[in-house]
Amino acid sequence: MGRKKEMVAMLLAGGEGKRLGVLTKDLAKPAVYFGGKYRIIDFTLSNCAHSGIDTVGVLTQYQPLELNRYLGIGSPWGLDRKDGGMAILPPFVKQKGGVWYKGTANAIYQNMAFIERYDPNYVLVISGDHIYKMDYDLMLQHHKKSGADITIAGIEVPWKEASRFGVMHVDDEDRITAFEEKPKSPTSNIASMGVYIFSWSVLQKYLMYDEASRNSSNDFGKDIIPAMMRDGLHLSAYSFRGYWKDVGTIESLWEANMDLLDDKPSLDLADKEWRIYSVSPNRPAQYMASGASVTSSMVTEGCIVEGDVERSVLFFGVTTGKKSIVSESVIMPNVQIGKGARIYRAIIGEGAVIEDGVCIGSPDDDAITVVAVGEFVSNEPLLLEVEPS
Amino acid sequence: MKHQVMGVINLIHETDDLERLTQNRCLATVPFGARYRLIDFILSSMVNSGINKVAVFAHTKFRSLMDHVGSGDHWDLNNRQSGLFLLPPATDDIQEVSRGDLYHFYQHRDYFNRSTLEYVVIARSHMVCNIDFEPIIEAHKAREADITIVCKKHADLMGGKARKVKMNADGRITAMQDHYGRMHSDVSSMEMYIMRKDLLMELVETSLAQGQDHLVRHAIFSRIDKLRVFGYMHEGYLAVVNTLSSYYQSNMSLLEPDVWREVFFQPGTVFTKGKDEPPARYLGTSKVSNSLIANGCRIEGTVENSILFRGVHVRKGAVVRNSIIMQNGDIGENSLIQHCILDKDVRVQYDRDIRGSVENPFLAGKRKII
Repeated sequence: MGRKKEMVAMLLAGGEGKRLGVLTKDLAKPAVYFGGKYRIIDFTLSNCAHSGIDTVGVLTQYQPLELNRYLGIGSPWGLDRKDGGMAILPPFVKQKGGVWYKGTANAIYQNMAFIERYDPNYVLVISGDHIYKMDYDLMLQHHKKSGADITIAGIEVPWKEASRFGVMHVDDEDRITAFEEKPKSPTSNIASMGVYIFSWSVLQKYLMYDEASRNSSNDFGKDIIPAMMRDGLHLSAYSFRGYWKDVGTIESLWEANMDLLDDKPSLDLADKEWRIYSVSPNRPAQYMASGASVTSSMVTEGCIVEGDVERSVLFFGVTTGKKSIVSESVIMPNVQIGKGARIYRAIIGEGAVIEDGVCIGSPDDDAITVVAVGEFVSNEPLLLEVEPS
Repeated sequence: MKHQVMGVINLIHETDDLERLTQNRCLATVPFGARYRLIDFILSSMVNSGINKVAVFAHTKFRSLMDHVGSGDHWDLNNRQSGLFLLPPATDDIQEVSRGDLYHFYQHRDYFNRSTLEYVVIARSHMVCNIDFEPIIEAHKAREADITIVCKKHADLMGGKARKVKMNADGRITAMQDHYGRMHSDVSSMEMYIMRKDLLMELVETSLAQGQDHLVRHAIFSRIDKLRVFGYMHEGYLAVVNTLSSYYQSNMSLLEPDVWREVFFQPGTVFTKGKDEPPARYLGTSKVSNSLIANGCRIEGTVENSILFRGVHVRKGAVVRNSIIMQNGDIGENSLIQHCILDKDVRVQYDRDIRGSVENPFLAGKRKII
């Protein structure tokens, strides 16, 4: 048994990220690169670190190799602890045969023993797919004050996007009166952020109840929350104001990267009070050559820039050749861009090589072009076009 | 290969002429190359050569050193099989702190005696290079040398100070002299010494007994004809950073991409303490050329031929030329900075015009407001 913890975090990091196509071919979605030097999961892990949470179970499933290697023992996020700390929790084989995690709730169900070790009062369930900075401790204060059984963080989203989320109706006292998972015609624009605080005894009961139910898809949004609503439990909404983005599609991943390039971005990575921690790539300072021109962009350690870069994000170790143009693009680590190459509105996967003179995308086209991880693009490129959704 | 080598980074009386840059810190922790400290280069070289026990003989002003090296984890020196040992002077008489390095080697003799490793590499922090010690140790054994000294032929000292070495055709060192001596030689010592640990211990004890106080000047110089002392030529880049002029010029030499690639990557990667700074931001009005920029910088103005450490802010209309701006520097709107070295946290207000020259760069101390 570990020492008793007030709250334990369970981070769902098994997302397959199908809609990210070639970017998640060999990579779990939480391990996808974001913002010049980070991976998506850095944001939730850093949130935990800044919220005083020192025990985090990371539930992995698809393509765990690179994610596991990246997480290590959690040192970059201060989660290498003698008591608690980070634990990676993949599906495992049991005496009666093991099973894949059937859904988000089942993933927690299968790891109830991990939570019990710490005998917590509350369990925070979060997902490693979102970009946001949030103090979970404030949410816990809200949960305790309201006396709720479960608190769900909600954010106002544009009406046209509401149907992509679980939406909540909330009364004047923050009580959730209705909850619909991905409704066709939404009647509220308060979206669930997939951030839940449960009182552990309540969650425990519902996980077992859900597991016993044959028709359940074992999902928090589809099964657990609706069941709690039906049973008349106290569900409270915690309203979050700030930047929050689900980067589940090529377009949203690209957009979220571009959001960082505003003069005063709504997601401030330079905030010294809320540093986003990551595994340091440990590269020398970036070199801007004499002919280089870099505007409205973000460039990371280890880059050598000889061409033009505008409204783009360059991850570590990227090199761009003389007279090359990189515009409105996201260039992932260690990509080599040849002399005179032109790249417009693209996401270039890690380690890809773009030969001299190659042109990718077009300045007048709205579609975002994706080049796969490690791909070699010569003058007759084979490209994967992604239609805007 | 199982390595039988231990490292010593000897900071005892490491001479420096860096003026205010070393007012409150030792030479080893002077910021260098946009995100490093001088000690990172020798420390990383040792680690990359498979040396995983390294002692740092701290001497004075080592608060910044303790802060920087910490437990050694950034150099992978904090696991079961490895270790970073930061050893400050072990003496209860304050006057003995200023004694020569032999005395301190003697005080720290337990570090050597406790270990079963056979060889010692002793180095200083101001020789900036990326070097692999494995072939040097092989050559040391093959030549049956007592001591091997790593040297550099035709070194471009850029105003730095280095000892001179004379060698015969076999590579055996016949004479050595301090930098101010009159001896003519095109070979400079890189102050890296390889020898068996038991020879080192013997030299320490016999020399101290004879009233000698300095390892190189006394223990080695005076036995140069009795011991088999060989030189090993380092072919790669070297900067001797112990004067303000060489500090400025060797930083500027990193703006050569070939030098950048070699110093930081070949033969091994140089490690330093991480800072979790976000990537550098270039705004719509930024103009940058031939410069090294670290993470966490925010560039709204113009930067040319300069080195910007982490978290520097160049505001609108500001121009930074041929300068070194250390961590968290803040250059106000429409200010001009030329041939300057600004230490950490220096704030230049708006419309300032500050110019030094190549020979005599303007130097502003830590936290100064201009």
